[in-house]
Amino acid sequence: MDGVHDMGGMHGFGKVEPEQNEPVFHEDWEARTQALYRAMSYAGVWVIDQARFARERLPPDVYLASSYYKKWELGMEKQLAELDLAGRDELAAGHALRPGKSLKRKLSAAEVPNVITRGSFARPAQKPARFKPGDRVRTKNIHPKTHTRLPRYARDKVGVVEALRGCHVFPDTVAIGKGEDPQWLYTVLFDGRELWGESAEPSLKVSIEAFEPYLELA
Amino acid sequence: MEQKHEHHHDDEHGSELSEMQLRVRALETVLTEKGYVDPAALDAIIEAFETKVGPHIGARVVAKAWTDPSFKRALLDNATKAVLALGLINRVGDHLIAVENTPKLHNMIVCTLCSCYPWEVLGLPPVWYKSAPYRSRAVNDPRGVLADFGVTLPADTAIRVWDSTAETRFIVLPLRPKGTEGWSEEKLASLVTRDSMVGTGFAKQPGEVA
Repeated sequence: MDGVHDMGGMHGFGKVEPEQNEPVFHEDWEARTQALYRAMSYAGVWVIDQARFARERLPPDVYLASSYYKKWELGMEKQLAELDLAGRDELAAGHALRPGKSLKRKLSAAEVPNVITRGSFARPAQKPARFKPGDRVRTKNIHPKTHTRLPRYARDKVGVVEALRGCHVFPDTVAIGKGEDPQWLYTVLFDGRELWGESAEPSLKVSIEAFEPYLELA
Repeated sequence: MEQKHEHHHDDEHGSELSEMQLRVRALETVLTEKGYVDPAALDAIIEAFETKVGPHIGARVVAKAWTDPSFKRALLDNATKAVLALGLINRVGDHLIAVENTPKLHNMIVCTLCSCYPWEVLGLPPVWYKSAPYRSRAVNDPRGVLADFGVTLPADTAIRVWDSTAETRFIVLPLRPKGTEGWSEEKLASLVTRDSMVGTGFAKQPGEVA
């Protein structure tokens, strides 16, 4: 979706402000939010692109005004309500008002060391890759109202396939419950001027990780 | 910085808890009562993020690459495999990709769409990495972003920005500082900063560590 989360190239957000000796979490609730997200992921209630899509669907003013972990928390509340796993009324009451549903599994403390890792998204290929390194490709001019990982600044642009990264879960379908539909993934490299015009710094090159359905031969 | 503005005290109810403390407490209580999560597991997850994963892992990977040419080749060829073989962590997600800085090329990592970050090797991302200024500007004004970090690249060094738009993750192999010949891997690792592995900084100079 063409939302405010798709920030590449936007103006007006100001300077980057690094913080000296930054703690892992600034507040206890941030740590609990991170942990709740991981535990519910383990329970099989959502996959990463569904969680991303929930955050992207927050109202734009809320998205922009919320800290990173606040977005995570609001995204979880939204998904839990949509999946009928925890109601808004229960979150408002601060207690369960109905019994829980049966989930795939429940994370125990003993299992934690084995799950503090990112998931695996590579899948067996369904067909041969359409492009190879060196191919000139044009990204499609798509504007789905649902989740996509093709950023706006890199749509309808010509780049070069730099590498083939294997076949991966396709975010655009898995986010909306239409299955993993694995697709070939490429690193596609663009000249800064192709993306930003004459004002681009001459030496700049930018790459995106592009799924095959985002691309056509240039 | 954004997270410092989260204290909305609930004066009406005389509570000292912020809105987010209350919301997260309610969420955890409901999910625990429904039998979905075990608070002890949540404690263990937080402990792991606070004490086990962090940029010290990436720093060891970089120091090894600086001292062992065959490891460096393996790392640049397939970082997932090479990092696993080091035995510092027991699993690496698909795929970790290491990109090498040279005097003529500087790499920088961003995720413009959310905040994807190679946390298995660098720990959880800092607030600035997740902020709108970084996510918006890294792809079209990387030198300006570097200036915000007090970093100036030579004018003839080209910039390559990697936007992490899929489940591939990137770690920058920074330039080894001069004057570190003969240093042990461990001593070299002390020069490798988190920012140097994201591409918003350089490794420390020998004079900057004891």
